[in-house]
Amino acid sequence: MPLESQRLAPEEYKRNFADLHPPFELLDTAFIEANRCLYCYDAPCTKSCPTSIDVPQFIKQISTGNIKGSAETIFSANIMGGGCAKVCPVEKLCEGACVYNLLHEEPIAIAKLQRFSTEQAIKEKWKIFERKPSNGKRVAIVGAGPAGLACAHALSLEGVDVTIFEKEAKGGGLMTYGVAAYKVTPEFCEDEVDWILSVGGITIQYNTEIGTTKTLQDLQRDYDAVFVGIGVGVARHLGIPGEELDGVVDAIKFIYDIRTKDYSEIPVGDRVAVIGMGMTAIDAATQSKRLGAKEVVMVYRRDEHEKSCTDAELEIAKLDGCSFVWLAAPKEILGEHGKATALVCNIVRLSDEADASGKRAILPTGETMTIEADMIIRAAGQIPFEEFVQGAHIQNNGGRISTSGLQTTNLKGVFAGGDCVNGGKEVVDAVQHGKDAAKGILEYLSSNK
Amino acid sequence: MANLHSTLLGISSPNPFWLASAPPTDKKINVLRAFEAGWGGVVWKTLGDQVKNVSSRYAAINYGNQRVMGLNNIELISDRPLDINLKEIREVMKEFPDRAMVVSLMANTNRESWHDLVKRVQDNGCHGLELNFGCPHGMTERGMGAAVGQDPAIAKMVVEWVMEVAEVPVLTKLTPNVHSVVPIAKATLEAGTNGFALINTIQSLMGVDLDTFLPYPDVGGHTAFGGYCGPAVKPIALKMLTSLGMDKATANTPISGIGGVTTWRDAVEFMLLGAGNVQVCTAVMKYGFRIINDLCSGMSNWMDEKGFTSTSEFVGLSIPKVTDWEELDLNFHIVANINQDKCIHCGLCYIACEDASHQAISLEKGNPYNTYSIKEEECVGCNLCKLVCPVSECITMLEQRKGAEHLNWKEFQRLGLPLNEH
Repeated sequence: MPLESQRLAPEEYKRNFADLHPPFELLDTAFIEANRCLYCYDAPCTKSCPTSIDVPQFIKQISTGNIKGSAETIFSANIMGGGCAKVCPVEKLCEGACVYNLLHEEPIAIAKLQRFSTEQAIKEKWKIFERKPSNGKRVAIVGAGPAGLACAHALSLEGVDVTIFEKEAKGGGLMTYGVAAYKVTPEFCEDEVDWILSVGGITIQYNTEIGTTKTLQDLQRDYDAVFVGIGVGVARHLGIPGEELDGVVDAIKFIYDIRTKDYSEIPVGDRVAVIGMGMTAIDAATQSKRLGAKEVVMVYRRDEHEKSCTDAELEIAKLDGCSFVWLAAPKEILGEHGKATALVCNIVRLSDEADASGKRAILPTGETMTIEADMIIRAAGQIPFEEFVQGAHIQNNGGRISTSGLQTTNLKGVFAGGDCVNGGKEVVDAVQHGKDAAKGILEYLSSNK
Repeated sequence: MANLHSTLLGISSPNPFWLASAPPTDKKINVLRAFEAGWGGVVWKTLGDQVKNVSSRYAAINYGNQRVMGLNNIELISDRPLDINLKEIREVMKEFPDRAMVVSLMANTNRESWHDLVKRVQDNGCHGLELNFGCPHGMTERGMGAAVGQDPAIAKMVVEWVMEVAEVPVLTKLTPNVHSVVPIAKATLEAGTNGFALINTIQSLMGVDLDTFLPYPDVGGHTAFGGYCGPAVKPIALKMLTSLGMDKATANTPISGIGGVTTWRDAVEFMLLGAGNVQVCTAVMKYGFRIINDLCSGMSNWMDEKGFTSTSEFVGLSIPKVTDWEELDLNFHIVANINQDKCIHCGLCYIACEDASHQAISLEKGNPYNTYSIKEEECVGCNLCKLVCPVSECITMLEQRKGAEHLNWKEFQRLGLPLNEH
């Protein structure tokens, strides 16, 4: 059975890809939740946020009706605080640290409150930030993803004129192209980027890939400093026989297509196997189901305790009707007439003791299992843009850019951050890198007058 | 199960919960519903010369997720014809003969008006009268309400007029808008009042609309000072109530306690501090008459637990525990203790102590949870940390006496003992 598009009626697509996040409809309901907040001192939620958003402060501000102040508190720490409130794995971060958990009570709905303030700010285009007058310094940024945008915004506030080079037609990076559409809608992503740019002083040159006609060297020559925030590339290959068969798909490419085309144009199989158990794997699995796949099975070589997605994410996949095969390591993809028909896995077990890295070793049992599938999605990690990094002579570790204090690289005046440095973490981690890099760049610019 | 039957000034009611003179008691339809729900008695909304009320009458302040922590009103006495009120009182009494029917009165400040009103109301039938000397708004401009209750001489004079004709027990309702209720209470006691009811509402201005700049409640572009009540006023009421119990002259006079009673716990506290029964209004204005159920059940269960068989057994028990500051024991010393097993690391104790008290809590940084512990040598035993802690019994105050004997301030000075060095 070949992959098929147009499996659903238009209204079904619309329903399946509608915003997952119910908002607080009224100030009253946000107010009730805000008032549950204890207003902790040196708050665990803030400490658990990579961008250190002053959570008790912004929640207090909601409770006093100072929604603009609340948005300012959030955005001052995280300019993508709107999107992060939709895509952050909050149960591992702020909400996971909420002291109510220690009372076995529901944590404060921090993300929902954060959306309440930030969505208003973005929708109503509140003027929260004012940049200093241009100081004549010019910085180039490669990649208009979360790291690049955060860096650009922080620099612009200080009067730096920023030019971002983006290979895609839209900004937002992973947020726009790499996350399930029901988590952040395309409209929101566009609004968020526009809102960030509204501070002024930032120009984005879309559809411009650095490394082809224009190189990093050109930017180093033409600008006072450069920030590289190019993210990571395609999904890691499995290195097993049969990967070249039709129907074997890269999760990153699959999600990219969903985010850039009409849902009805995206082909999907009858029986889909997704390899991996991270956020991207979940996004690929749930969206396959939402595109009309009959069966979706997620295959992971470890057990549920060692999955890298959150419980909340797993819950979404369960509710979407996905099934799960734990402790199965892909061995081979079978096919007929060049088309994938099944995934063969080694059944494995985990050692009782963890190794030096803290993970338990994967041990073969000698048994195998076969999962019938006409579509197999690879979602077990992403590969860095090694070619670009090598070509630009940036010190790296297998393609991941090496940085030291304030995101400096080995190249003078070149800074880097986000997934291209950490190998692929959360949006909020990338934002913090962008902020840190902006600090580093400002120090660099002032010491190189 | 404890018997909640209550008697105040010989007025019997099946429980010590009366509805205070206010909108919930202004007509038959309400009062019947209240009695059906189980209320022990009512003080019928103040009768007098019929008045006209304004529209927009109440305003409230909220605290956190709680609405109406405090309520204020600019409503006057009953705006219904006296005859209708009297007819309805008769009808209600006939239908519920076991419930207390006390009628609140406010006449023009002359002997004839008071005589006339008292006679008409008691001849109509009731178990007692309550003199409204407390209403702090509107009526005061006409020389009535708090205008009477704030001046011992005028209050005394009016009570004398009333007692000349009264044939049923008379409660004088006191205004809190004075520096002390004791002088007025004494004056009215001399004039012959049988008991007191307190407190009436507190003069207030509730706040301002930040968009229109209009204070609340907005009566077509203006407001007037109103009377404040509800849970927020309870501590003020308890102080005034206790001050009557502590004064020799007024100590033995029956009191109906009023002021923010919302739960059975509030009621028990009023009674422990000397109230023979309590009157409730704001809680009913927010939740309706149905709250009587838990008022009765809660008090009854508490009485069973404590071994009381009658409500009169615990009235005033806490009054001897109140004394002058200079009698307090300076050798009594407590220090806070944090139960680390219960601590949820919110840091509220720490920041309160650090910024607003005695820097007696140490902070050991952790990620994400800090550890907080008490520096006993710095702790003065102020209770602040315990008060702000969101977990019950997490912070407790442990007694560490400074000396075995009771040492009050007078003794302390006489012995020439040293004051703090820093």
